[in-house]
Amino acid sequence: MVQKIRTFVIDNYLFGEEGKLRNDDSFMESGIIDSTGILELVRFLEATFGVKISDEELIPDNLDSIEKIAAFLQRKLPASAAVGGAPSLQPAQR
Amino acid sequence: MRTRSTISADILRLDPAAETERITAWIRETVSHNLRRRGAVIGVSGGIDSSVVAFLCARALGSERIQILFTPEADSSPDSLRLGRMVADALKAKSALEDISAILKGARCYERRDDSVRLVVPEYGDGYKCKIVLPGLLDASRYSIFSVVVQSPDGQTRKIRLTPEAYLGIVAATNFKQRARKMMEYYYADLLQYAVAGTPNRLEYDQGFFVKNGDGAADFKPIAHLYKSQVYQLAAYLGVPEEIRRRPPTTDTYSLEQSQEEFYFTLPLEKMDLCLYGKDRGIPPADLVAAAGMEEDLVERVYAMIDSKRKVAKYLHAHSLVVE
Repeated sequence: MVQKIRTFVIDNYLFGEEGKLRNDDSFMESGIIDSTGILELVRFLEATFGVKISDEELIPDNLDSIEKIAAFLQRKLPASAAVGGAPSLQPAQR
Repeated sequence: MRTRSTISADILRLDPAAETERITAWIRETVSHNLRRRGAVIGVSGGIDSSVVAFLCARALGSERIQILFTPEADSSPDSLRLGRMVADALKAKSALEDISAILKGARCYERRDDSVRLVVPEYGDGYKCKIVLPGLLDASRYSIFSVVVQSPDGQTRKIRLTPEAYLGIVAATNFKQRARKMMEYYYADLLQYAVAGTPNRLEYDQGFFVKNGDGAADFKPIAHLYKSQVYQLAAYLGVPEEIRRRPPTTDTYSLEQSQEEFYFTLPLEKMDLCLYGKDRGIPPADLVAAAGMEEDLVERVYAMIDSKRKVAKYLHAHSLVVE
Protein backbone atom coordinates (compact mmCIF):
# COMPACT_ATOMS: atom_id res chain seq x y z
CA MET A 1 0.00 0.00 0.00
CA VAL A 2 2.70 2.47 1.01
CA GLN A 3 4.65 1.80 -2.16
CA LYS A 4 1.58 2.34 -4.36
CA ILE A 5 0.88 5.70 -2.71
CA ARG A 6 4.53 6.66 -2.88
CA THR A 7 4.75 5.82 -6.58
CA PHE A 8 1.63 7.86 -7.33
CA VAL A 9 2.95 10.91 -5.45
CA ILE A 10 6.37 10.73 -7.08
CA ASP A 11 5.03 10.14 -10.60
CA ASN A 12 2.42 12.88 -10.41
CA TYR A 13 3.93 15.63 -8.29
CA LEU A 14 7.69 15.17 -8.44
CA PHE A 15 8.12 14.48 -12.16
CA GLY A 16 9.17 10.93 -11.28
CA GLU A 17 12.16 12.17 -9.29
CA GLU A 18 12.16 10.35 -5.99
CA GLY A 19 14.70 12.69 -4.42
CA LYS A 20 14.56 12.86 -0.66
CA LEU A 21 10.82 12.39 -0.16
CA ARG A 22 10.30 10.62 3.14
CA ASN A 23 7.11 8.83 4.01
CA ASP A 24 6.45 11.24 6.86
CA ASP A 25 7.16 14.45 4.91
CA SER A 26 4.24 16.90 5.04
CA PHE A 27 2.84 17.59 1.57
CA MET A 28 1.66 21.02 2.68
CA GLU A 29 4.91 22.12 4.31
CA SER A 30 6.99 20.90 1.38
CA GLY A 31 4.54 22.40 -1.14
CA ILE A 32 4.36 19.14 -3.07
CA ILE A 33 0.59 19.01 -3.46
CA ASP A 34 -1.81 21.90 -3.96
CA SER A 35 -5.61 21.80 -3.78
CA THR A 36 -5.92 20.44 -7.33
CA GLY A 37 -3.38 17.79 -6.37
CA ILE A 38 -5.54 16.78 -3.40
CA LEU A 39 -8.47 16.25 -5.77
CA GLU A 40 -6.28 13.98 -7.91
CA LEU A 41 -4.97 12.16 -4.86
CA VAL A 42 -8.47 11.51 -3.53
CA ARG A 43 -9.61 10.12 -6.87
CA PHE A 44 -6.53 7.86 -6.98
CA LEU A 45 -7.17 6.54 -3.48
CA GLU A 46 -10.86 5.91 -4.18
CA ALA A 47 -10.17 4.15 -7.47
CA THR A 48 -7.17 2.12 -6.31
CA PHE A 49 -8.23 1.07 -2.82
CA GLY A 50 -11.98 0.89 -3.28
CA VAL A 51 -12.84 3.41 -0.58
CA LYS A 52 -15.20 6.38 -0.60
CA ILE A 53 -13.73 9.48 1.03
CA SER A 54 -16.23 11.97 2.42
CA ASP A 55 -15.80 15.75 2.50
CA GLU A 56 -15.34 15.58 6.29
CA GLU A 57 -12.36 13.25 5.84
CA LEU A 58 -10.50 15.72 3.60
CA ILE A 59 -8.22 16.92 6.38
CA PRO A 60 -4.43 17.03 6.74
CA ASP A 61 -4.55 14.45 9.56
CA ASN A 62 -5.66 11.91 6.95
CA LEU A 63 -3.88 13.00 3.79
CA ASP A 64 -0.82 15.16 4.49
CA SER A 65 1.90 12.50 4.10
CA ILE A 66 2.35 9.02 2.71
CA GLU A 67 2.30 7.61 6.24
CA LYS A 68 -0.86 9.46 7.18
CA ILE A 69 -2.63 8.27 4.05
CA ALA A 70 -1.61 4.68 4.73
CA ALA A 71 -2.86 4.90 8.33
CA PHE A 72 -6.10 6.51 7.16
CA LEU A 73 -6.67 3.73 4.61
CA GLN A 74 -5.95 1.06 7.20
CA ARG A 75 -8.71 2.54 9.35
CA LYS A 76 -11.15 2.70 6.46
CA LEU A 77 -10.49 -0.60 4.76
CA PRO A 78 -12.25 -3.82 5.78
CA ALA A 79 -10.30 -5.65 8.49
CA SER A 80 -9.40 -8.57 6.23
CA ALA A 81 -7.71 -6.36 3.67
CA ALA A 82 -5.92 -4.28 6.26
CA VAL A 83 -4.59 -7.22 8.28
CA GLY A 84 -3.22 -8.94 5.22
CA GLY A 85 -1.70 -5.75 3.95
CA ALA A 86 -3.27 -6.44 0.57
CA PRO A 87 -6.21 -4.12 0.11
CA SER A 88 -8.67 -4.52 -2.69
CA LEU A 89 -7.29 -3.27 -5.96
CA GLN A 90 -10.72 -3.14 -7.59
CA PRO A 91 -11.67 0.34 -8.71
CA ALA A 92 -14.45 1.90 -6.67
CA GLN A 93 -17.92 1.72 -8.18
CA ARG A 94 -18.84 5.27 -9.11
CA MET B 1 7.11 35.48 30.51
CA ARG B 2 6.31 37.31 27.31
CA THR B 3 3.89 40.21 27.55
CA ARG B 4 1.11 39.97 25.01
CA SER B 5 1.04 42.92 22.62
CA THR B 6 -2.21 44.68 21.97
CA ILE B 7 -2.95 44.79 18.26
CA SER B 8 -6.00 46.83 17.36
CA ALA B 9 -8.07 46.61 14.19
CA ASP B 10 -7.26 50.33 13.87
CA ILE B 11 -3.77 49.34 12.83
CA LEU B 12 -4.93 49.49 9.20
CA ARG B 13 -6.25 53.04 9.45
CA LEU B 14 -4.55 55.42 7.06
CA ASP B 15 -4.59 59.15 6.40
CA PRO B 16 -6.74 59.13 3.24
CA ALA B 17 -5.77 62.64 2.15
CA ALA B 18 -2.04 61.94 2.41
CA GLU B 19 -2.36 58.52 0.79
CA THR B 20 -4.41 59.96 -2.07
CA GLU B 21 -1.77 62.61 -2.63
CA ARG B 22 0.99 59.98 -2.61
CA ILE B 23 -0.81 57.66 -5.05
CA THR B 24 -1.91 60.37 -7.47
CA ALA B 25 1.62 61.79 -7.64
CA TRP B 26 2.85 58.26 -8.40
CA ILE B 27 0.23 57.77 -11.13
CA ARG B 28 1.21 61.04 -12.83
CA GLU B 29 4.88 60.15 -12.75
CA THR B 30 4.30 56.55 -13.82
CA VAL B 31 1.89 57.16 -16.69
CA SER B 32 3.42 60.25 -18.23
CA HIS B 33 7.12 59.76 -17.54
CA ASN B 34 7.85 56.09 -16.96
CA LEU B 35 5.31 54.65 -19.40
CA ARG B 36 5.08 57.76 -21.62
CA ARG B 37 1.35 57.34 -22.21
CA ARG B 38 -1.30 60.03 -22.50
CA GLY B 39 -3.87 58.71 -20.07
CA ALA B 40 -5.32 55.60 -18.49
CA VAL B 41 -7.86 52.92 -19.41
CA ILE B 42 -9.79 51.53 -16.47
CA GLY B 43 -12.12 48.55 -16.69
CA VAL B 44 -14.84 49.44 -14.19
CA SER B 45 -16.92 46.59 -12.78
CA GLY B 46 -19.06 48.53 -10.36
CA GLY B 47 -17.01 47.10 -7.49
CA ILE B 48 -15.06 49.03 -4.91
CA ASP B 49 -11.54 48.44 -6.26
CA SER B 50 -12.02 49.49 -9.87
CA SER B 51 -14.13 52.46 -8.74
CA VAL B 52 -11.37 53.70 -6.44
CA VAL B 53 -8.79 53.27 -9.20
CA ALA B 54 -10.98 55.28 -11.59
CA PHE B 55 -11.35 58.08 -9.03
CA LEU B 56 -7.61 58.10 -8.34
CA CYS B 57 -6.72 58.18 -12.05
CA ALA B 58 -9.19 60.98 -12.71
CA ARG B 59 -7.70 62.98 -9.85
CA ALA B 60 -4.15 62.29 -11.01
CA LEU B 61 -4.53 62.78 -14.76
CA GLY B 62 -7.77 64.69 -15.17
CA SER B 63 -11.13 63.17 -16.14
CA GLU B 64 -10.49 63.98 -19.80
CA ARG B 65 -7.46 61.68 -19.77
CA ILE B 66 -9.19 58.55 -18.58
CA GLN B 67 -11.21 56.03 -20.58
CA ILE B 68 -13.66 53.95 -18.57
CA LEU B 69 -14.64 50.62 -20.03
CA PHE B 70 -17.64 48.39 -19.22
CA THR B 71 -17.30 44.79 -20.37
CA PRO B 72 -20.38 42.83 -19.32
CA GLU B 73 -21.11 39.32 -20.55
CA ALA B 74 -24.00 36.88 -20.38
CA ASP B 75 -23.48 35.98 -16.70
CA SER B 76 -22.84 39.53 -15.42
CA SER B 77 -25.16 41.05 -12.89
CA PRO B 78 -27.05 44.06 -14.34
CA ASP B 79 -25.98 45.93 -11.20
CA SER B 80 -22.37 45.88 -12.40
CA LEU B 81 -23.09 48.02 -15.44
CA ARG B 82 -25.48 50.31 -13.58
CA LEU B 83 -22.94 50.98 -10.82
CA GLY B 84 -20.11 51.29 -13.33
CA ARG B 85 -22.03 54.02 -15.14
CA MET B 86 -22.48 55.76 -11.82
CA VAL B 87 -18.68 56.05 -11.58
CA ALA B 88 -18.31 57.43 -15.11
CA ASP B 89 -21.11 59.93 -14.50
CA ALA B 90 -19.62 61.08 -11.19
CA LEU B 91 -16.26 61.66 -12.85
CA LYS B 92 -17.71 63.07 -16.09
CA ALA B 93 -15.33 60.72 -17.89
CA LYS B 94 -15.72 59.18 -21.33
CA SER B 95 -16.90 55.59 -21.20
CA ALA B 96 -17.50 52.74 -23.62
CA LEU B 97 -19.68 49.66 -23.39
CA GLU B 98 -18.22 46.51 -24.92
CA ASP B 99 -20.34 43.42 -24.38
CA ILE B 100 -17.88 40.53 -24.56
CA SER B 101 -20.52 37.75 -24.73
CA ALA B 102 -20.00 37.24 -28.47
CA ILE B 103 -16.21 36.94 -28.02
CA LEU B 104 -16.80 34.38 -25.28
CA LYS B 105 -19.29 32.45 -27.38
CA GLY B 106 -16.77 32.43 -30.23
CA ALA B 107 -14.17 30.96 -27.89
CA ARG B 108 -16.81 28.44 -26.67
CA CYS B 109 -16.31 29.67 -23.10
CA TYR B 110 -19.85 28.87 -21.93
CA GLU B 111 -20.00 25.59 -23.84
CA ARG B 112 -16.67 24.38 -22.44
CA ARG B 113 -17.64 25.41 -18.92
CA ASP B 114 -21.01 23.65 -19.13
CA ASP B 115 -19.36 20.50 -20.53
CA SER B 116 -17.06 20.51 -17.50
CA VAL B 117 -19.94 20.98 -15.06
CA ARG B 118 -21.71 18.03 -16.71
CA LEU B 119 -18.78 15.79 -15.73
CA VAL B 120 -20.18 15.90 -12.19
CA VAL B 121 -23.79 17.01 -12.83
CA PRO B 122 -24.87 15.18 -16.03
CA GLU B 123 -28.29 16.87 -16.20
CA TYR B 124 -26.78 20.41 -16.17
CA GLY B 125 -28.12 22.37 -19.14
CA ASP B 126 -30.38 25.21 -20.25
CA GLY B 127 -31.89 27.18 -17.40
CA TYR B 128 -29.35 25.93 -14.86
CA LYS B 129 -26.99 28.25 -13.00
CA CYS B 130 -23.73 27.45 -11.23
CA LYS B 131 -20.81 28.72 -9.18
CA ILE B 132 -17.81 27.06 -7.57
CA VAL B 133 -17.16 27.40 -3.85
CA LEU B 134 -14.62 26.54 -1.17
CA PRO B 135 -15.42 25.36 2.36
CA GLY B 136 -15.18 28.24 4.83
CA LEU B 137 -11.95 28.24 6.79
CA LEU B 138 -13.89 29.31 9.86
CA ASP B 139 -15.95 26.13 9.77
CA ALA B 140 -13.37 23.38 9.76
CA SER B 141 -9.76 22.49 9.14
CA ARG B 142 -10.52 20.83 5.82
CA TYR B 143 -8.49 21.22 2.68
CA SER B 144 -9.62 23.96 0.34
CA ILE B 145 -11.34 21.69 -2.14
CA PHE B 146 -13.72 23.24 -4.63
CA SER B 147 -17.31 22.13 -5.04
CA VAL B 148 -19.78 23.24 -7.67
CA VAL B 149 -23.15 24.61 -6.59
CA VAL B 150 -25.82 24.18 -9.26
CA GLN B 151 -29.31 25.60 -9.30
CA SER B 152 -31.87 23.82 -11.47
CA PRO B 153 -34.51 25.77 -13.43
CA ASP B 154 -37.05 25.06 -10.65
CA GLY B 155 -34.76 26.71 -8.08
CA GLN B 156 -33.37 23.59 -6.38
CA THR B 157 -29.69 23.88 -5.44
CA ARG B 158 -27.16 21.10 -4.98
CA LYS B 159 -23.47 21.13 -4.00
CA ILE B 160 -21.16 18.48 -5.48
CA ARG B 161 -17.42 18.02 -4.93
CA LEU B 162 -15.50 18.54 -8.17
CA THR B 163 -13.24 16.04 -9.85
CA PRO B 164 -9.85 17.37 -11.03
CA GLU B 165 -11.01 17.42 -14.67
CA ALA B 166 -14.24 19.23 -13.86
CA TYR B 167 -12.51 21.81 -11.65
CA LEU B 168 -9.75 22.56 -14.13
CA GLY B 169 -12.20 22.63 -17.04
CA ILE B 170 -14.51 25.12 -15.33
CA VAL B 171 -11.65 27.40 -14.28
CA ALA B 172 -9.90 27.26 -17.65
CA ALA B 173 -13.13 28.13 -19.46
CA THR B 174 -14.20 30.96 -17.17
CA ASN B 175 -10.72 32.48 -17.32
CA PHE B 176 -11.61 33.45 -20.91
CA LYS B 177 -13.73 36.19 -19.35
CA GLN B 178 -10.89 38.04 -17.64
CA ARG B 179 -8.65 37.59 -20.66
CA ALA B 180 -11.27 38.87 -23.10
CA ARG B 181 -11.76 41.92 -20.89
CA LYS B 182 -8.04 42.62 -20.85
CA MET B 183 -7.84 42.25 -24.62
CA MET B 184 -10.54 44.92 -24.95
CA GLU B 185 -8.78 47.23 -22.47
CA TYR B 186 -5.60 47.04 -24.53
CA TYR B 187 -7.56 47.80 -27.69
CA TYR B 188 -8.52 51.14 -26.16
CA ALA B 189 -5.02 51.62 -24.76
CA ASP B 190 -3.55 51.21 -28.27
CA LEU B 191 -6.21 53.40 -29.81
CA LEU B 192 -5.70 56.28 -27.39
CA GLN B 193 -2.06 55.71 -26.45
CA TYR B 194 -3.15 55.23 -22.86
CA ALA B 195 -1.82 52.88 -20.18
CA VAL B 196 -3.98 50.15 -18.69
CA ALA B 197 -4.67 50.47 -14.98
CA GLY B 198 -4.82 47.28 -12.93
CA THR B 199 -7.25 47.20 -10.04
CA PRO B 200 -6.11 44.53 -7.56
CA ASN B 201 -5.90 45.36 -3.89
CA ARG B 202 -3.17 43.95 -1.68
CA LEU B 203 -5.05 40.77 -0.74
CA GLU B 204 -5.71 39.91 -4.37
CA TYR B 205 -2.23 40.80 -5.56
CA ASP B 206 -0.40 39.00 -2.76
CA GLN B 207 -2.59 35.91 -2.66
CA GLY B 208 -2.91 35.39 -6.40
CA PHE B 209 -6.60 36.15 -6.71
CA PHE B 210 -6.37 37.02 -10.39
CA VAL B 211 -6.13 35.38 -13.79
CA LYS B 212 -2.68 35.32 -15.34
CA ASN B 213 -2.71 37.48 -18.47
CA GLY B 214 -6.27 38.39 -17.56
CA ASP B 215 -7.10 40.80 -14.76
CA GLY B 216 -3.54 40.18 -13.54
CA ALA B 217 -2.18 42.06 -16.57
CA ALA B 218 -1.82 45.84 -16.46
CA ASP B 219 0.71 48.62 -16.99
CA PHE B 220 0.38 49.96 -13.46
CA LYS B 221 -1.44 48.87 -10.29
CA PRO B 222 -2.09 51.86 -8.03
CA ILE B 223 -3.83 50.13 -5.10
CA ALA B 224 -1.93 46.82 -4.99
CA HIS B 225 -0.24 47.98 -1.77
CA LEU B 226 -3.52 48.69 0.05
CA TYR B 227 -5.45 46.28 2.27
CA LYS B 228 -9.11 45.92 1.39
CA SER B 229 -10.22 47.92 4.42
CA GLN B 230 -7.86 50.72 3.34
CA VAL B 231 -9.45 50.73 -0.12
CA TYR B 232 -12.80 51.37 1.59
CA GLN B 233 -11.26 54.26 3.55
CA LEU B 234 -9.97 55.84 0.35
CA ALA B 235 -13.35 55.26 -1.35
CA ALA B 236 -15.12 57.26 1.34
CA TYR B 237 -12.57 60.06 1.11
CA LEU B 238 -12.69 60.20 -2.71
CA GLY B 239 -16.49 60.31 -2.80
CA VAL B 240 -17.13 56.95 -4.45
CA PRO B 241 -20.94 56.55 -4.51
CA GLU B 242 -22.27 54.99 -1.34
CA GLU B 243 -24.10 52.17 -3.13
CA ILE B 244 -20.77 50.95 -4.48
CA ARG B 245 -19.15 51.20 -1.06
CA ARG B 246 -21.96 49.13 0.47
CA ARG B 247 -21.97 46.44 -2.23
CA PRO B 248 -20.53 43.11 -0.98
CA PRO B 249 -17.43 42.15 -3.01
CA THR B 250 -18.36 39.65 -5.71
CA THR B 251 -16.49 37.89 -8.49
CA ASP B 252 -19.35 38.51 -10.97
CA THR B 253 -17.98 35.59 -12.99
CA TYR B 254 -20.51 32.80 -12.47
CA SER B 255 -24.23 32.68 -13.21
CA LEU B 256 -24.99 32.20 -9.50
CA GLU B 257 -23.83 35.08 -7.33
CA GLN B 258 -20.49 34.25 -5.74
CA SER B 259 -18.69 36.13 -3.00
CA GLN B 260 -14.91 36.50 -2.99
CA GLU B 261 -14.99 34.82 0.42
CA GLU B 262 -16.49 31.58 -0.87
CA PHE B 263 -14.40 31.58 -4.03
CA TYR B 264 -10.98 32.35 -2.68
CA PHE B 265 -10.31 33.86 0.71
CA THR B 266 -12.56 31.52 2.79
CA LEU B 267 -12.99 34.08 5.57
CA PRO B 268 -14.31 37.65 5.81
CA LEU B 269 -12.06 40.17 4.11
CA GLU B 270 -11.55 42.34 7.20
CA LYS B 271 -10.20 39.29 9.05
CA MET B 272 -8.09 38.35 6.06
CA ASP B 273 -6.65 41.91 6.07
CA LEU B 274 -5.56 41.62 9.70
CA CYS B 275 -4.09 38.15 9.25
CA LEU B 276 -2.06 39.20 6.21
CA TYR B 277 -0.83 42.26 8.10
CA GLY B 278 0.08 40.14 11.12
CA LYS B 279 1.77 37.48 9.05
CA ASP B 280 3.93 40.00 7.18
CA ARG B 281 5.04 41.70 10.37
CA GLY B 282 5.80 38.52 12.26
CA ILE B 283 3.03 39.13 14.80
CA PRO B 284 2.40 35.95 16.83
CA PRO B 285 -1.10 34.53 16.23
CA ALA B 286 -1.96 34.96 19.92
CA ASP B 287 -1.51 38.73 19.61
CA LEU B 288 -4.05 38.92 16.80
CA VAL B 289 -6.85 37.10 18.63
CA ALA B 290 -8.63 40.16 20.03
CA ALA B 291 -8.35 42.39 16.97
CA ALA B 292 -9.42 39.69 14.51
CA GLY B 293 -12.01 38.11 16.80
CA MET B 294 -10.58 34.70 15.98
CA GLU B 295 -9.18 31.85 18.05
CA GLU B 296 -5.40 31.46 18.06
CA ASP B 297 -5.43 28.14 16.20
CA LEU B 298 -7.57 29.64 13.46
CA VAL B 299 -5.13 32.53 13.01
CA GLU B 300 -2.37 29.92 12.74
CA ARG B 301 -4.36 28.14 10.04
CA VAL B 302 -4.85 31.38 8.13
CA TYR B 303 -1.10 32.08 8.35
CA ALA B 304 -0.49 28.64 6.80
CA MET B 305 -3.10 29.31 4.12
CA ILE B 306 -1.39 32.61 3.24
CA ASP B 307 1.87 30.74 2.66
CA SER B 308 0.10 28.09 0.63
CA LYS B 309 -1.62 30.62 -1.65
CA ARG B 310 1.67 32.51 -2.08
CA LYS B 311 3.21 29.36 -3.51
CA VAL B 312 0.47 29.24 -6.15
CA ALA B 313 0.73 32.99 -6.75
CA LYS B 314 4.43 32.68 -7.54
CA TYR B 315 3.58 31.14 -10.93
CA LEU B 316 0.89 33.74 -11.55
CA HIS B 317 3.33 36.60 -10.92
CA ALA B 318 6.17 35.07 -12.93
CA HIS B 319 7.17 36.75 -16.19
CA SER B 320 8.21 34.67 -19.17
CA LEU B 321 11.48 32.99 -18.28
CA VAL B 322 14.41 32.98 -20.68
CA VAL B 323 17.70 31.13 -20.79
CA GLU B 324 20.42 33.25 -19.22
